[in-house]
Amino acid sequence: MTHDDNLLLSNAPVTSRFALPQRRSRFDHLDRQHHPEGSQVGQLPCRLEAHQRRDCARLFAPERRPSWRFTAFVRISGPSSVSHLVLNFRKRLCGNDSGVMGATLCPLFDLITVDVKSYKDLVVSFVSILQQVAERRLPKTHDYHQLPAPFINVGNLGIDKQSSEKMHMVVGDIFRKCDSTSNIGNAVLYECICCVSAIYPNPKLLEQAAQVISRFLKSDSHNLKYMGIDALGRLIKISPEIAEQHQLAVIDCLEDPDDTLKRKTFEPSNDNHYKTYIASRCVELSVQFAPSNQWFIQTMNKVFEHAGDLVNVKVAHNLMKLIAEGFGEDDDSADSQLRWSHICVICWVLGEYGTADGKYSASYITGKLCDVAEAYSNDESVKAYAVTAIMKIYAFEISAQRKVDILPECQSLVEELSASHSTDLQQRAYELQAVISLDAPAVESIMPSDASFEDIEIDKRLSFLNGYVQQALEKGAQPYIPENERSGMLNISNFSNQDQHEALTHGLRFEAYELPKPAVPSRIPPAAVASSTELVPVPEPSYAREIRQPASLPPVSDAGSSELKLRLDGVQRKWGRPTYSSPASNSSSSNSQKSANGVTQIDSVSTSNSKTRDTYESRRPQVEISPEKQKLASSLFGGSSKTERRPSSANHKVSKANIPASEKPQVPKAAAVHTEVNHEPSPDLLDLGDATSSTASTVDPFKQLEGLLDQTEVALTANHGAVGAAKTPDIMGIYADTSLRGLSSSVGDPLPTNRDEFNLASELSNVTRTAQSRVTQLNKGPNPKDSLEKDALVRQMGVTPTSQTQLV
Amino acid sequence: MIRAVMVINTQGKPRLAKFYEFQPVEKQQELIRSVYGVLSSRAENVSNFVDAESIFGPDTRLVYKHFATLYFCFVFDSSENELAMLDLIQVFVETLDKCFKNVCELDVVLNYSKMHTVMDEIIFGGQVLETSSTEVMKAVEEISKLETASNAISLVPKSVSAWRSR
Repeated sequence: MTHDDNLLLSNAPVTSRFALPQRRSRFDHLDRQHHPEGSQVGQLPCRLEAHQRRDCARLFAPERRPSWRFTAFVRISGPSSVSHLVLNFRKRLCGNDSGVMGATLCPLFDLITVDVKSYKDLVVSFVSILQQVAERRLPKTHDYHQLPAPFINVGNLGIDKQSSEKMHMVVGDIFRKCDSTSNIGNAVLYECICCVSAIYPNPKLLEQAAQVISRFLKSDSHNLKYMGIDALGRLIKISPEIAEQHQLAVIDCLEDPDDTLKRKTFEPSNDNHYKTYIASRCVELSVQFAPSNQWFIQTMNKVFEHAGDLVNVKVAHNLMKLIAEGFGEDDDSADSQLRWSHICVICWVLGEYGTADGKYSASYITGKLCDVAEAYSNDESVKAYAVTAIMKIYAFEISAQRKVDILPECQSLVEELSASHSTDLQQRAYELQAVISLDAPAVESIMPSDASFEDIEIDKRLSFLNGYVQQALEKGAQPYIPENERSGMLNISNFSNQDQHEALTHGLRFEAYELPKPAVPSRIPPAAVASSTELVPVPEPSYAREIRQPASLPPVSDAGSSELKLRLDGVQRKWGRPTYSSPASNSSSSNSQKSANGVTQIDSVSTSNSKTRDTYESRRPQVEISPEKQKLASSLFGGSSKTERRPSSANHKVSKANIPASEKPQVPKAAAVHTEVNHEPSPDLLDLGDATSSTASTVDPFKQLEGLLDQTEVALTANHGAVGAAKTPDIMGIYADTSLRGLSSSVGDPLPTNRDEFNLASELSNVTRTAQSRVTQLNKGPNPKDSLEKDALVRQMGVTPTSQTQLV
Repeated sequence: MIRAVMVINTQGKPRLAKFYEFQPVEKQQELIRSVYGVLSSRAENVSNFVDAESIFGPDTRLVYKHFATLYFCFVFDSSENELAMLDLIQVFVETLDKCFKNVCELDVVLNYSKMHTVMDEIIFGGQVLETSSTEVMKAVEEISKLETASNAISLVPKSVSAWRSR
């Protein structure tokens, strides 16, 4: 070990940059001694002994240019070992070498996060550094993307909460100077917002920050939205009113498919509206995905603790039901801050299972329940729960043949409640009194233990009243008309559904009252109606719309988004046939989402894809209408006229409808050729669509496909009257010819395009210059020979990316 | 501080894994696996930030970027900025691109050590050293020159002798 130390201490010239790798290889060597498998140079300092750390630190101390590189070491070796260097750090900070200065910030940052107070005096120098940075006085080498040394900047801003006038000025300056077009500019802006939220609030800065946030939130990039949400969360602590402008954006983020964004969005939400919404979502999720009852109950307990007031009453009931059906052990949460629903649940559980384990006596529990009822003396529902719980406990006591002694406070509570203004409470109080006065078997039958959610058979038809009804009819009374047969009445089942929705959201309803219904379709549930409109052209579209709208209006329901989509399809319906247009557009969108490669390429493909399909579909009615054409088609394709119709339905079945899939049924011959060329079974061919999308985009077979369709169309119309067998070969010729041409151009030069796929660079340029991405892609194809060699190597190495093997 | 850098291909094979805090190899593999599990299930047009706390413990974030067949992911703590990290990935890939001229996964496989050199020039000990890809390129070229020069001499005592003679 000593020679290593010597090495560190030796006064070797470290001025040239490439001296460093050598030193590093020393470290590497050392590392390997300790850990034969070790290759992580960076880990080394973690395992250095204390004296070695000091040596590292000493290395830092002398006036050496590249010394700043070693701050990384110093940093890892822990604050304690460098504490004696703080003075040195401070000197460095005011020095004129920007590299050293920047590097010093790192360890200082660490030290400060450990102990804020002792470094407050540094704020001034930090601010001055920041000012330098903002005024671009630092040397050019630190510029990155035309922004002065953002990393110094970024590291610096988060440090201190001390407010100062100067800081306001500087931060405001940065706000103005940062350009928001590059990532790093936005990063600095974000740090600025963090800084603004940390220092003493300044209205002007807050305004600027709010502007930046709104820009973030409005941007299309999910990354910026994420940053915006995060920044909003920080700023909201200072000025909640900022959030109000962005409520919609936040809700959008919540509905985003992106998990990260969703989770981030949960954080800043602290006003009631969001809370309600989020709580309901939490409940929904936990209901759906609960791994076990235990977990569910714990989660629900947490939800109640945080937002008990805002949770739908039904949820509490569901929880009770679950406890009743599952197991009964849930009275352990004795938190100081219990919300309404939580209290109710606890009351209920105590009533149902409080005495079941025999740990607490009935009188003890009833006493507690009385206390609860008193504590919530202005809340009738809590009192109701409490009284019912007391009643249950007494009932169980009676049915267990134990002697019941009613506590005086219970007595007084019951008396008070029986004189209550609330009829519900009165009723419960009387019931309680009645139950107490009964004997054990009777109580047993009306209050069986642990049977609160047992199914009680209810005779819905009220058959025991039949005799009475019969009598009345005989006396000349009108017979009863079922509700849904009375014309002009609204569909009750529909409405109860909507009411649930509204109870969830408390949202306003903007649509007009529904039209009076015709008698028949009222029994169909709303979902069925919606789907039927999808499949069949509905005679009264306005009515169908009426039904669907309330379901899609509240932002809560999961179905809402999809419903919205459906409505969009309704708009589309103008253009094509209603039947298949919606699935087609759906599938194309999912196609663009699912694909594994570059975004822009796929998008272009899928749009062209859907375009062809659109045009195809707009022509389809013709094909269907005239039977001659059908006959013609069947003679053309040997009874395969059905496949002619199948593509769209096939597409709509296979969710990741891809390019060959849409190509194949329309051009059966071409598909056959396809398979011949590839020697691949057709299912693979279908899968191939995702991978080879770039190939597709470069040659764009759909253009040709479109042209092809045009030609066949022309041919078909030319042949319209005469089903001449002589003409068919011609058409076949056209068909085969075009398809082959299209195909050959798409398969002809597979290697370069294939190589393109691997090309990180092309994707890279995608990022920097999105607009040009496709052009570069075309230009960048290296020579096939090169890629052939690489391909051979790939096979040797066992690296077999799917697309390559499939195409070559 | 940057905790880890990983480059994983779309099949789940790690191409580069660098952990700036000590992790036993088994743990490393497990982390890579779980990161891949998360990344591969993410949709195309979502943000590049992933909640990594369930994988790497508290106060960690993960930023990733998908290039062709490779995922580049950086794991770091709250002292770094997500967008800045995203740009750092960009710098890294740009540098690789300059290094290999149209970099592809195969380059990364075949020139494993070079990739490491580039990585070490950009991040060291969990700290960002250099953000300019031209600077990094200069350094990498110097290193490779040095390597080819010293390859002529014996391999093991290289560093010491070269060091002493200076």
